[in-house]
Amino acid sequence: MEAAQAIENEKQIVVALAGNPNSGKTTIFNSLTGSHQQVGNWPGVTVEKKEGQLVSEGKVIRVVDLPGTYSLGAYSEDEAVARDYILFEKPDVVINIVDTTNLERNLYLTTQLLEMGANVVIALNMSDELKAKQIDINVAKFSELLGIPAVQTVGTRNQGTKELVLQALQATGNKKPRVVQINYGKEVETELAALEQDILSNRQLTENFASRWLAVKVLEGDQGILKGLAKYSGLDRLLVRRAEAVKRLEGLLGEDIESLIADKRYGFIGGLAKEVVTRRQTTEERFSMSDKIDRIVTNRYLGIPIFLLAMWTMFQFTFKVGDPFIGWIETFFEWFGGVAGAWLESAGMPELLMSLIVDGIIGGVGSVLVFIPNIFLLFFAISILEDSGYMARAAFIMDRLMHTLGLHGKSFIPLLIGFGCNVPAVMASRTLENKRDRLITILITPLMSCTARLPVYILFAGAFFSANQGLIIFSLYLLGLVLAILMGMLFKRFLFKGGTSHFVMELPPYRVPTLKSTFIHMWEKGSSFIRKAGTIIFAVVVLVWVLSNLPVGVEYASQESILGWIGSFVAPIFKPAGFGTWEAAVALVFGILAKEVVVGTLGVIYGAGEAGLTAAIAQAWTPLSAYAFMVMTLLYIPCAAVIGTIKRETNSWGWTGFAAAYTLVLGWLMAVLVYQFGRLVGLG
Amino acid sequence: MGGSVLPLGFLQVGRDAVVRELGNGRNLTQRLLEMGIVRGTRVRIIKNDMGGPLIISIGDGRLAIGRGMALKILVEEESKA
Ligand SMILES: Nc1nc2c(ncn2[C@@H]2O[C@H](COP(=O)(O)OP(=O)(O)OP(=O)(O)O)[C@@H](O)[C@H]2O)c(=O)[nH]1
Ligand SMILES: [Mg+2]
Repeated sequence: MEAAQAIENEKQIVVALAGNPNSGKTTIFNSLTGSHQQVGNWPGVTVEKKEGQLVSEGKVIRVVDLPGTYSLGAYSEDEAVARDYILFEKPDVVINIVDTTNLERNLYLTTQLLEMGANVVIALNMSDELKAKQIDINVAKFSELLGIPAVQTVGTRNQGTKELVLQALQATGNKKPRVVQINYGKEVETELAALEQDILSNRQLTENFASRWLAVKVLEGDQGILKGLAKYSGLDRLLVRRAEAVKRLEGLLGEDIESLIADKRYGFIGGLAKEVVTRRQTTEERFSMSDKIDRIVTNRYLGIPIFLLAMWTMFQFTFKVGDPFIGWIETFFEWFGGVAGAWLESAGMPELLMSLIVDGIIGGVGSVLVFIPNIFLLFFAISILEDSGYMARAAFIMDRLMHTLGLHGKSFIPLLIGFGCNVPAVMASRTLENKRDRLITILITPLMSCTARLPVYILFAGAFFSANQGLIIFSLYLLGLVLAILMGMLFKRFLFKGGTSHFVMELPPYRVPTLKSTFIHMWEKGSSFIRKAGTIIFAVVVLVWVLSNLPVGVEYASQESILGWIGSFVAPIFKPAGFGTWEAAVALVFGILAKEVVVGTLGVIYGAGEAGLTAAIAQAWTPLSAYAFMVMTLLYIPCAAVIGTIKRETNSWGWTGFAAAYTLVLGWLMAVLVYQFGRLVGLG
Repeated sequence: MGGSVLPLGFLQVGRDAVVRELGNGRNLTQRLLEMGIVRGTRVRIIKNDMGGPLIISIGDGRLAIGRGMALKILVEEESKA
């Protein structure tokens, strides 16, 4: 402990990981720090900065993983996080993770880091895939030409990372990193020199930034950077100068300034690549394996059916494989409840305490834990989906449909993430460049059915639709998705008028997920569910149990208990939807804290053992009202964690309230519609 | 060389082309530049349904590009090999 403290006090070395999206930053971050941050095969997985620690050579290094970015221009919120960190936090070393299979594009960011005078170490990542393409990079020469250290790595196999850390440690001693200068051509250079003179006379700016780099950024008119610099005085004058310079240059050279500068950068990069890259393959492959798969998967007619089939398979897998486990766990809890009860009784445990353990904890938390196998299996399937590269394709397929509705194909990725959990899904909206698109996506994401709602579906579908369980549950997932898209369209039409923004997105190659990584991802997400069961679900279930015993002397979990009062107060609202019992109402009320609690509450009320629970539910609901209840659970008010995230991401109580209110109304309307329509056609 | 200049979105699957002009709109241009599409970049059409987004290749990378954007990027088609 003390030794750790001593190390703590020494000045920590801060190393930031920066690079293009999907280049493998988080993979390397995880292997450096032993963290388990989310990795996935699509651009924009990481949307906030994550920190971890690493001890090497007796030194503690603080490692910071950043969202991916193509430049420092920052169009979207996640890119702004990366830009701000690199510009203003000034890490000791920036490890620039480069996807070598897209070397030239990746080096575009590198050139800017180097111009900035950042202390850069380059990781030439994905070198396994490069090798498979029969391409070689002369690392020594690359490093020599750029004048900075470079290491070949394979993030997924933890190759080269040790060397990377050593290089980074060495680089920290480097107080004057080499600043790479790109020659932008005579005319541009003249203007740059003039701007740089201006900058040099501004103490505030020169103290913080390399003057040459800043001159380039100002001339280029990089909005992201200029916005970030707005707080410094004297910027206005620079901008006036810039406008004059741009006019002169564009008149002289007949091209817009951004293109002029970018051309030179790519010229520099191209020259470098020519020196260090050799392709051993002589005949070029016109269409890669990924292209061939894309022909089918993104086909204009087959695309959506294939997507639906993939979803259907995912849910079938979750049930068919999970079903036998449920039976075993149920039996276990029933047995455990009985044995524990008997044992506690013989030990002379007070009756109240016994009820807490048997009815409250085993009945409530146990009834949720029964669904662990299904939840793990769903996470297993989601993790395959995320690692395969299909996520970006789904966005592609949906772009056409979403576009006609005024939405953005990229919005579809947060929606898909929502199948796992709505919290990261809401955060994933950060990748959308346009503020309106982002807000719409945040508002509709909670309609996506997350794993927390799965226990409710399995319980009810198991009680009423055991023959078509998979189909019933699939229909709920689909309903959530369809309503999300429809609501998005409505919001776009009535709340956020305006054109749709442009869609450009990198499509990563398909990768076969390894069994190991899939299991690790499943375990990560699954264990967070178990943790949730041990914390929030546990706490709420105990609260529900307490309320079902109050006021003192009341019959346990009866309508006269406080729990009963709350339920009876709310219940009339749900009468038109077919589930106007106080038990159903109170389960929904507490379910706002966490959706699993809907099941937990019913478990506390109806007593231990899932078989008992199923029987009780079969009494209190009809198949039709059960379906309406599931629809309600799917749609009404996002859970507390999601509400918190919406508040944080929109920074507005107004929008947060709106999200809660509209989902409640929508949920109620849909539940009533289902029930009344069902009765009309004679299903009731 | 010497092919005609036309919007990227008009090209058939399998055709190669060289980028000549990026449409206007500063955010759009910047984004394309940093993703590797500059004047002189060689692209190949991997997928184009003449409706909806298209997939193009730039070297070994693949980009999905919305239809609207693909109509603003002007390219010169390379004559068939
Ligand atoms: N073949 C191969 N795949 C890799 C390597 N490094 C990472 N990957 C895979 O590349 C994908 C992206 O990895 P991430 O670590 O999530 O990338 P990132 O840079 O953090 O991405 P963003 O957070 O979206 O910016 C994942 O599917 C990884 O398994 C590598 O060296 N070789
Ligand atoms: Mg990441």
